[in-house]
Amino acid sequence: MKRPEPVQVIKQRRDAALRALVDGVPYVRFLGIAFDRRGDELTGVLQFDDKLIGNPALPALHGGVTAAFLEVTAIVTLCWAMLWDDLEAGRLDPGTLSHETLPRLPKTIDFSVDYLRAGLPRDAYARARLNRSGRRYASVHVEGWQDNRGRLFAQGTGHFLMPQRDA
Amino acid sequence: MPQDDSTPGSTPEPTLEPTLEEAARLQGARQFIQALPHCRALAMEVVRVAAGAAEIAMPYDARLVGDPRTGVIHGGAVSALMDTTAGAAVLSHPTAPMATATIGLRIDYMRAATPHQTITARALCHHVTRSVAFVRAEAFDEDPGKGPVAVANGSFTLDRGGRS
Repeated sequence: MKRPEPVQVIKQRRDAALRALVDGVPYVRFLGIAFDRRGDELTGVLQFDDKLIGNPALPALHGGVTAAFLEVTAIVTLCWAMLWDDLEAGRLDPGTLSHETLPRLPKTIDFSVDYLRAGLPRDAYARARLNRSGRRYASVHVEGWQDNRGRLFAQGTGHFLMPQRDA
Repeated sequence: MPQDDSTPGSTPEPTLEPTLEEAARLQGARQFIQALPHCRALAMEVVRVAAGAAEIAMPYDARLVGDPRTGVIHGGAVSALMDTTAGAAVLSHPTAPMATATIGLRIDYMRAATPHQTITARALCHHVTRSVAFVRAEAFDEDPGKGPVAVANGSFTLDRGGRS
């Protein structure tokens, strides 16, 4: 019987894989999106910045920023789920993971955003749920909130084309 | 999503010479977009506005890349451009709304935008009710022969002011 791995080893491996996935995407850095991880659950965190404002009179986040934040959270969550099994089975070496060695990213087919209230000038959070994640297509739902988890400021649903993995 | 009374690429091409009023409207739209921090950050520029229609360009920028292996712009940046252009089309509607906000926006991504090319979105506010505006938009890179990069349909709030 194998002894369970030390907790630091597990955390290091998972966090390194997540960093490889997120840090290589310029647009994610541009918007200032980071991901919190609890086990396999990810929460996107959009750190507020003045350049994210679309309505200076209110002020409110730009609707496009909200859409992008939800879409990024959907894609990263989808990739993360795709990597998870290989990562946990030791088939991926997080030490050498980079955007060059990771599987290709899913492509957005369509994305639909429902704006529920104005995005306030402060941090926002988002979590995605994979409604269906097949070999070729995936359907993902994302919820975005700010101060209260129960008061969403936006939600989105998108369809994605999964990358064809090497046979 | 059937749209019986629309033909592909039905965004209008204004055929009249720009009048003083149109020049003023373009100037106004440019100032308006310039005042929005996120639009400034994406270097969006108003190309044209007409009654209920707008065209806005966004130059290629390495910071907006979504897939570092291909250099293709992230769909989210295209969303921001489409949303802005759609909002500008609403605000330029002849009913002269005071303000607008996106209620819902759906974008279909037809193909990857060619890296290093400017993306230009055209939007048409094709119907308004007392409190809602409906908009269609298309985004192209510099190779319009390949068809749109993305198309969008959105609904927007319409604040006509004065009503309390």
